Amino acid sequence: MLKINKLHKSYPIGDSSLHVLKGIDLSVDSGEMVAIMGSSGSGKSTLLNIIGMLDEADEGEYILDNVPIKNLTEKKAAIYRNKFLGFIFQSFNLINYKNALDNVALPLYYQGLKRKERIEKGLFHLEKVGLKAWAEHLPNELSGGQKQRVAIARALAADPKLLLADEPTGALDTKTSYEIMAFLQQLNDEGKTILIVTHEEDIADMCKRIVRLVDGVIMEDKFVEQVRASQYV
Amino acid sequence: MFDRDLWREIFQSINMNRTRTLLSGFTVTFAILLFAILFGITNGLTNTFDDAFKDDATNSIFIMSGRTTKANKGLQAGRQIQFKNEDYDYIKEEFGEKVQYITARIYKNVNASFQNEKNSYSVRAVHPDHQYLENTEVTIGRYINQLDLNEKTKVVVIGRLVENDLFLKTTALGKYINLNGIQYKVVGVFEDDGGDNEERLIYMPITTAQQIYGNNDYIDQINLTYNPKMGYDQAIAFSSLLTRKLKDRFSVAESDQRAVRVRNLANEAKGINQMTSGLGMIVLVIGFGTLIAGVVGISNIMIFIVKERTKEIGIRKALGASPKSIVSIILMESVLITLIAGFVGLVLGMGILELIGPSLEKFFIKDPKVSLNLVIGATITLIVAGGIAGYLPAKKASRIKPIVALRDD
Repeated sequence: MLKINKLHKSYPIGDSSLHVLKGIDLSVDSGEMVAIMGSSGSGKSTLLNIIGMLDEADEGEYILDNVPIKNLTEKKAAIYRNKFLGFIFQSFNLINYKNALDNVALPLYYQGLKRKERIEKGLFHLEKVGLKAWAEHLPNELSGGQKQRVAIARALAADPKLLLADEPTGALDTKTSYEIMAFLQQLNDEGKTILIVTHEEDIADMCKRIVRLVDGVIMEDKFVEQVRASQYV
Repeated sequence: MFDRDLWREIFQSINMNRTRTLLSGFTVTFAILLFAILFGITNGLTNTFDDAFKDDATNSIFIMSGRTTKANKGLQAGRQIQFKNEDYDYIKEEFGEKVQYITARIYKNVNASFQNEKNSYSVRAVHPDHQYLENTEVTIGRYINQLDLNEKTKVVVIGRLVENDLFLKTTALGKYINLNGIQYKVVGVFEDDGGDNEERLIYMPITTAQQIYGNNDYIDQINLTYNPKMGYDQAIAFSSLLTRKLKDRFSVAESDQRAVRVRNLANEAKGINQMTSGLGMIVLVIGFGTLIAGVVGISNIMIFIVKERTKEIGIRKALGASPKSIVSIILMESVLITLIAGFVGLVLGMGILELIGPSLEKFFIKDPKVSLNLVIGATITLIVAGGIAGYLPAKKASRIKPIVALRDD
């Protein structure tokens, strides 16, 4: 599904440069649910950005679904992002002047689907996250948990191969966080491959595998017994 | 470009920033408003000048005579120069091709009567070409013709108002009008755009007048039009040559300004032409200057909008928006704002011209209007201007990196 070899990335800071990723090797199979953990500055977000094609590595190899990802033009990156990836952000990143349905349907617009089809699919995914009744509401009329569910529906809308979640519960209280995790687990049960960046141990424990990053290298990579979030809800 | 969803996106975005869009469009509205009004006023001035020349063909040359002011070739000053038929023939022969129409004129004032109605009028005794020189429009009957000249017939062509005055509600054609005790047959009635005075005139054959009033071959004035293929400069050269030859013919000093006077409308037409095109240039410069200010304003606002929407653009890119779709959204928004703002200005300008137009006539501005050509030209200019205004911001937007846009939470 996803294969990374000897990935390096550094950022220029003034005259010197900051070596953020120092040779990452990682491979993720289809249907996995992986937590990427690390303190701030460990390089976990950079890694996720590279996997999400929002950033490019300096060195190393990245293969996604048998497609080597390198030397991307902006246009190509846009197409790959649209086709392969679904993003879930800590701050939801909904477009605040579009209602829930329009937000969910936006990736479909960039796929070139007709409006009728977009509405149909958008409603289907909203129903899946239990917010069909809120389709016409603007993001600021929704609670944090609802916003994140709309964002998940949007990430699912284009039917991506891989879901990338960057601190998906970072802005939510514990109860809502567990609800969101329960939902992500359910998606994983249905076969979706999910990568979650987090620094919360309880969230990481709800995944099937934990990868720990320290100072740009993988210190630990282990499979764990998944804690079901549904028991706390 | 004509994708309905794209328009939906653009309207959503404009709607979101209504006040700001309004303010940024205002400069363009003002620019076009100013331009439309100035343009209309220039048109109005041109109309006034055109009207001033309506009575006479614009390629007219008038030749008049007077007393000499300088002694020349042994002849004393104060000598009266008198044109005769032979001078008319001389010009016709000497300049041939260069002359389009030519006529001599004799002026007389007469007391005219028909039955019980009496009035006094000016008579112009002329050649047939006079009709074309004065833009005379014969509505009933005919004009003076060569046969009248040959036969020295006692016929007249009278103005519409002469017919009104003397013949009241009956028709004058074919009836006999009494001029200073002599009966003339009315063979035609004419209209003239030159105003009421031009329609209170009576035309008669020049030969008839020469025989009846003095039995000589005197002429008061010679009018001609030069060949319209000549440009202003050629026409002016032609009239100076004409002046020199006539002065020589009458032994008048080269520097004598009164004895032989040649007035060429090309001189005046050239001046006016230069003035109106100069005015047009000024209006264009002012209009474009203001429009550029408007474009800069819109560009500024669009850059601001792009900056404010950086995050949104980042989200869109993360969801798979291509750079092209980002560029087109910003570009179209800019074009749309410019176009709508511009049209508002144009319509306002046309409305204002319509409102104040009639009251401007005393300032020599007649019927100030904006032409269809201007509207089409303005539309194209506005689209281009909007494109220019949106280009930089759009480029800036397309270069936004989603990772940077999404970082600062």
